[in-house]
Amino acid sequence: MQTTRKTFRENMKALEKELICESEMVSVAIDRSVNALKDLDVEKAKKVVNDDININKKRWEIEEQCINLLATQQPVATDLRELIAVLSISTDLERMGDHAEGIAKIAIMHGNKPLIKPLTDVFRMAEKSTDMLTKSLEAFVNRDAEAAKAICGEDDEVDKLYDQVYRELLSFMIEDPKTITRATYLLWAAHNLERIADRVTNICERIVFLVTGTMEEIKTSNY
Amino acid sequence: MNNIIIKDLSLAYGEKQVLKRINQEIEEKKITAIIGPSGCGKSSLLRCINRMNELIPDAKIMGQIIFDKIDIYDSNTDVTEVRQKIGMVFQRPNPFPKSIYENVAYGLRINGLKDKNKISETVERSLDDCGLLKEVKDRLHTSATELSGGQQQRLCIARALAIEPKVILMDEPCSALDPASTFKIEELMVKLKTRYTVIIVTHNMQQAARVSDTTGFLYLGELIEFGNTKKLFTKPKEKLTEDYISGNFG
Repeated sequence: MQTTRKTFRENMKALEKELICESEMVSVAIDRSVNALKDLDVEKAKKVVNDDININKKRWEIEEQCINLLATQQPVATDLRELIAVLSISTDLERMGDHAEGIAKIAIMHGNKPLIKPLTDVFRMAEKSTDMLTKSLEAFVNRDAEAAKAICGEDDEVDKLYDQVYRELLSFMIEDPKTITRATYLLWAAHNLERIADRVTNICERIVFLVTGTMEEIKTSNY
Repeated sequence: MNNIIIKDLSLAYGEKQVLKRINQEIEEKKITAIIGPSGCGKSSLLRCINRMNELIPDAKIMGQIIFDKIDIYDSNTDVTEVRQKIGMVFQRPNPFPKSIYENVAYGLRINGLKDKNKISETVERSLDDCGLLKEVKDRLHTSATELSGGQQQRLCIARALAIEPKVILMDEPCSALDPASTFKIEELMVKLKTRYTVIIVTHNMQQAARVSDTTGFLYLGELIEFGNTKKLFTKPKEKLTEDYISGNFG
């Protein structure tokens, strides 16, 4: 069957590329912010804070293009769901960028005081979250609802790690109240990473909606 | 409930099969839109509902359309009565070359109404229902052909309403109108559905999506999909519907 909506399809392809670009910017921001905290590198952290403006700009650009396409092309059915998915995923990505910026600000506040513990689990949380993010964008490009559902299941690992970090930091604080400030910083950083993984599950739910047309909350376990 | 029940309806013009065994119930006091590519049989289906196709010499109609508990194609059914209950508005406004007042009063008179006060009352009410009274009340006796296209179309709707139908069929009622007149007609349709069943054939899918409660998609004389408008435009069941409404063919 011949496609008569060449312009719309081309615009959607371009939008998809922009979305992937935004997700890569977010992955870099997460990686840099956690490294800035690990290396106690205030300059690196400041760069993450400054670069967040670019993620925000990218999101506005995507939103503007979505609005233009809605107004001028009036998409329906799958085309409409695709456009809504891009709009929604872009917003989630922008918020994930804010969480990375949050970690960078914590690194700035932490300054060059020594870390109360190595960031092993926090690092694993960051790795897992960015891996989930990359896979979710792959699932979006491939319109793969099953893969999206499976990624949601991986959020449990991040939640478990967060729980572990939380309990560990709590014990530090109880043992030595002088560590409270630094432990709280690390707890906030871990919390930001836990929220990032949660936002990946939002993206996955949007992919399922795009493919099936049904909005559902994907709950894979009771963790 | 006074739904329109279409049973096994087929229509052919000579050798050409135009509608193929349509089975569908159309709910009363709702707006139903019929969409589909040119030549798919939309207008033919609409014209079957008030027996307009009989005016075409080689039209062959099979099946039934039940309305008001009677089969409108039954040999005992009075066609004038059918068309009185099921009014129609066409693509191009077609006012009679008479005054605005006479356009609406005409149908009442041929239906035997003689009481002048009653006629005036009904003319005013019908024009008011169509949002036209305010615009024309000072020139009711001037020629209807002097009205704008949009006003003429609303006059035709007022003319159809005056004889108190139960169903109003609209065949591309806005295709000859500018956007402002189109929106007025759309608003009018929504207002009318509280009292009438409205069935509209349209090429404009955004219009179908904006105003109708239910949409039917016709393709090559077959009713491919029929259902809730919001669902049909966000998650159609059939691939053919999806391709058509997304502009991938047609």
